Amino acid sequence: MNTIELKRVANVLRQDIISMLVTSKSGHPGGSLSAAEIVTTLFFNEMKIKPQDPRWADRDRFVLSKGHAAPVLYAALAEKGYFPKEELQWLRQTGHMLQGHPDMKKTPGVDMSTGSLGQGLSAANGMALAGKLDGKDYRVFVLLGDGEMAEGQVWEAAMAAAHYKLDNVTAVLDLNGLQIDGSTDSVMCSTPLTEKWRSFCWNVIEVDGHDVEALLAAFAEAKQCKGKPSIIIAKTVKGKGVSFMENQAGWHGNAPSVEQGEQALKELRKEALSLG
Amino acid sequence: MADKVATRDAYGKALLVLGAENPKVVVLDADLSKSTKTADFGKKYPERFFNMGIAESNLLGTAAGLAAAGKIPFASTFAIFAVGRAFEQIRNSIAYPKLNVKIAATHAGITVGEDGGSHQAIEDVAIMRAVPNMVVLVPADGEETRQVILAAAKYNGPVYIRMGRLEVPLLFGSDYSFEIGKANVLKEGTDVAIMANGVMVSMALEAAELLAAEGISVSVVNVASVKPLDEETIVRVAKQTKAIVTAEEHNIIGGLGSAIAEVLGEKQPTPMVRVGIKDTFGESGRPQELLEKYGLTKADLVNAVREVLLKKASKVM
Repeated sequence: MNTIELKRVANVLRQDIISMLVTSKSGHPGGSLSAAEIVTTLFFNEMKIKPQDPRWADRDRFVLSKGHAAPVLYAALAEKGYFPKEELQWLRQTGHMLQGHPDMKKTPGVDMSTGSLGQGLSAANGMALAGKLDGKDYRVFVLLGDGEMAEGQVWEAAMAAAHYKLDNVTAVLDLNGLQIDGSTDSVMCSTPLTEKWRSFCWNVIEVDGHDVEALLAAFAEAKQCKGKPSIIIAKTVKGKGVSFMENQAGWHGNAPSVEQGEQALKELRKEALSLG
Repeated sequence: MADKVATRDAYGKALLVLGAENPKVVVLDADLSKSTKTADFGKKYPERFFNMGIAESNLLGTAAGLAAAGKIPFASTFAIFAVGRAFEQIRNSIAYPKLNVKIAATHAGITVGEDGGSHQAIEDVAIMRAVPNMVVLVPADGEETRQVILAAAKYNGPVYIRMGRLEVPLLFGSDYSFEIGKANVLKEGTDVAIMANGVMVSMALEAAELLAAEGISVSVVNVASVKPLDEETIVRVAKQTKAIVTAEEHNIIGGLGSAIAEVLGEKQPTPMVRVGIKDTFGESGRPQELLEKYGLTKADLVNAVREVLLKKASKVM
């Protein structure tokens, strides 16, 4: 898929995120919108996957450690054909498969159940260790949040990934700068993150997380790096693509009303038109 | 005196058998491999052994990922750190997605001894029992531990295995048969039953002998499988004896005694006395002295039997 097509997919994912949250009246828009390009480049370019065979043993894995961004994952999985798009309207509804946070037992294409922050990188490391043991060349991707950097387990796992030289692990840090109670700097300052990850012996790549070309280049660089894990620190805007949601902590976990949803979709459709 | 072996030692040996039998078996530890006895597996199968350092949350989380990719991980540390430190990793990364992780915890209970109350898990069974999808097993001796470990490896799903530091008498031969979800009636009796697991099983057998000398017929049931619980056998024995003593090296709240009381309360109300740690933390000391101080000896079981027989006679529940 070329970069224009990837940008179009990211736009479609954003529209789907808004639509499903309006319908479910519940969910997390801010951190889903910020990760649209990251998830798009992974699922539509970087990852070796077979939507018709979600449990394919040699597939690349994806762990959404910031599990509250489930809507962007579900939108990508539906767009990729793991399940019909109609399922998206049943997000967070009783008896349906799209749980509030990813559930590997219920949703095809979800490789790990997540949602409790801080646990995703450990699981990704486990999958990567298994891959090395089995002599398989699959890679494991994990999407972390910046608020999540306050969880001690992230750093336990960071240490272990470097110790076991897990160059088949690529983490992406969705650095959108906001968490529920405000800016990450005000709630619990985790900077300097680049230096922290470097000091944990990771290969660190910094990019603009909305720049598709830059993301593709970063994934290519991560793939080339041997002997240690890579992390792509992707600077993003929380709520990206919807003017009234951008950089607003209040849109972390609140669903838009029907009217707000229409406004958001109007903006996103306008952006789609500009992409041609 | 019977030969003695600590259940943790039997675990270490069983891992070697599993390692040879099944290449999917991997072992993780958190800097306690000499104590949990996983070190021998590590020496023999270094490529399948992962020391995760003193980081229990990551230990259990990594085990979850290994299981998600098809491995059968045995994750070991002391019970207090597995269930205590890493509870939520067990709950959300392992039990919720029903991943095939075996949490093989050693140094459970007050028989940890000298290390003291901070290291003596007395609430682990209660906590693990309350987690959906979790199987909870508490073997009584070396042979049962061997069978428990092999059964856990065959079973597809999360299992919590509770083992001890202390050497305990060998009770069973290779003709013994452990099965997940089955209680074993070790001795049939008619007046009262002692239902026990872990270190308390050998004491239950000894107490039964002492009581037999007084003409009291005691049934002894080994309930190694706390969850799933063999309700059928428990109800059958309760109907037969009409008096039950439970015995566990665990807090009196939430463990084996509670599990049996739940079943009997609903299906076969029966006079009961629960023997266990009386909702208090342990302390440093020699294991045998602590068992005496905290009321976990064969003499305590004899007293409990007398108490429950009085209840039975007076028809007091």
